[in-house]
Amino acid sequence: MNALVPLPIVIPLLAAAVSVIVGRRSRLAQRMIGVLALSMTTAISIALLIGADRSNILVTQSGGWPAPIGISLVVDRLSGIMLVTSALMLLAVLLFAIGQGGVERNHVSFHPMYLVLASGVAASLTTGDLFNLFVAFEMMLAASYVLITMGGRADQVRSGMTYVVISLVASTFFVVVLALIYTATGTVNFADLAGRIPQLPQGTQVMFAVALLVVFGIKAGLFPLFFWLPDSYPTAPGPVTAIFAGLLTKVGVYAIIRTQTLLFPPESQPGTLLLVVAALTMAVGVFGAIAQDDMKRILSFHIVSQIGYMIFALGLFTVAGLAAAVFYTFNNIILKTSLLLVAGLVERRGGSSRLSEVGGLVRGAPLLGLLFALPALSLAGLPPFGGFVAKFAVFDAGVRSSEWVVVGVAAFVSLLTLYSMTKIWAGVFWGDPDERPRQRPDTSDSLGGPALMLASTAAVVVIGVAVMVCARPLYSLSERAATDLMEPLRYVAAVLGDRP
Amino acid sequence: MTVLVAFVAAVLVGCGTWLLLQRRLSRIIIGVGLLGHGGNLLLMTSGGRRGTAPLIGIGDPAGYSDPLPQALALTAIVITFGITTFLLALGFRSWQLTNDDVVEDDVEDRFISHREQVDRDIADEIAAEAAQAAEEDRR
Repeated sequence: MNALVPLPIVIPLLAAAVSVIVGRRSRLAQRMIGVLALSMTTAISIALLIGADRSNILVTQSGGWPAPIGISLVVDRLSGIMLVTSALMLLAVLLFAIGQGGVERNHVSFHPMYLVLASGVAASLTTGDLFNLFVAFEMMLAASYVLITMGGRADQVRSGMTYVVISLVASTFFVVVLALIYTATGTVNFADLAGRIPQLPQGTQVMFAVALLVVFGIKAGLFPLFFWLPDSYPTAPGPVTAIFAGLLTKVGVYAIIRTQTLLFPPESQPGTLLLVVAALTMAVGVFGAIAQDDMKRILSFHIVSQIGYMIFALGLFTVAGLAAAVFYTFNNIILKTSLLLVAGLVERRGGSSRLSEVGGLVRGAPLLGLLFALPALSLAGLPPFGGFVAKFAVFDAGVRSSEWVVVGVAAFVSLLTLYSMTKIWAGVFWGDPDERPRQRPDTSDSLGGPALMLASTAAVVVIGVAVMVCARPLYSLSERAATDLMEPLRYVAAVLGDRP
Repeated sequence: MTVLVAFVAAVLVGCGTWLLLQRRLSRIIIGVGLLGHGGNLLLMTSGGRRGTAPLIGIGDPAGYSDPLPQALALTAIVITFGITTFLLALGFRSWQLTNDDVVEDDVEDRFISHREQVDRDIADEIAAEAAQAAEEDRR
């Protein structure tokens, strides 16, 4: 079982290399390689999750070097859940991109870059080493730089610049924090750090906790570090926006959860800071969304707002809170991906994603309306959808810790989320467009889009509905993951083995 | 020695930050490069005292310098190099498209602030009409 751990990183990376070689000859071969590699990754991720849930934390020491010297790859329940969710989303969005043609057909580099992104995401989720996490992030980000500017339009270049420069600054800051942590502790292995950081003076510990929070907060889009996100995501090609919105910020959230729970002892965890930041993230994100007129931008601001809920649940640092954070995170990955895939379909069908330029889609393409409505209601947290279970878990954990103010903010933001979802619904699916769309609408398909695009979007929506149906077992899985996170000693023992 | 290196790192980061706040991408790229160098220098100093080359079998292991930060810095340098190249390509593309490499404001933000202006103008107009109507009523 342990031998499977590196495969979600290795398979897409090898496939990317092969994809470069065959790229000039045949797009079909690239497609087959991409789909095959990501299907295998999905299967292996599911096996890893089952293995991590049944037996214990799965560990591989790369190169056979024993723990603090070599790079450890670790899959525990949290990593497993995230791996499965991300692999499923990557596969579905790849199929969507193939169905759409567009950027996938016109650029040889789409498939290799997409596979490198998949590999980088898997590496970030499985690594047990702080420096390796930096490298994994860079893999993921380097691929995302290319994907976000693919097409080279003026607006993409403009927003791409902001995105690349912000990410580079964050990476530099990461290097600085790494240097400081290495100076203080002499190690970069998570398990080893978990033993050594508590020996440092309290002030130094808190400084490291907050510095790591800033580094990952830029990637996750926390207030006040989110400003680059709603500007850059919507200009990317449709499927790219969907996978970025679904995955990249949540990998940042995963890194925050992992580092804050594993590396720092309870007395130096910045709980109150996280709660304040969470409340502001939720509120600012949703107010930003209300002001927008473009469907993709509204949804991009909601990414920020939703991150607030996850950080709120994490900030409680209780088992109930962490369970809610885990459940909320993977549920949100699915919802956000499906909503932005629908936005891609709407853009194709209506010729624009601006609320003022499209309208009445429910008459011509009722299926799109259904595909939007299910995840949108779930995102707003209406029962009985998965989003309701996730929000209820967050509120419940907040009430149990008596954080009434933040719970109040969260409930209010939830209401505003519903408002902006109805705004999209009224603007896109009802009524008539006020202005002419910028591109000619493509109404050639009777269902609302090419079959493969619809099928992959429907698949993601169905996965979202499956979360609702299987809420009980999935929530208890999240609870077990949270219990693991609250007992970092198990992780340390699994990685370092029986070293004294 | 460490103090000197730390000082150099501070100067690099300071200059890098100033250049980063400029509007031209060419300056931003140089700024990013300086920032990266500052970070890498700091990473180099994190290994502690300098010593002999850590080659097994040559010299006394107690006198070796720590090789790990050097490996880390090398990795970080390669990554910064790659991404800086990409940024240069992006700047060139921007120059091709607009004959300039100024980083512009968010279009949508400008649109929204413009919309606010329009709303205010309309509100002013309505208020003015209402005042006029009230004036006429009084007559």
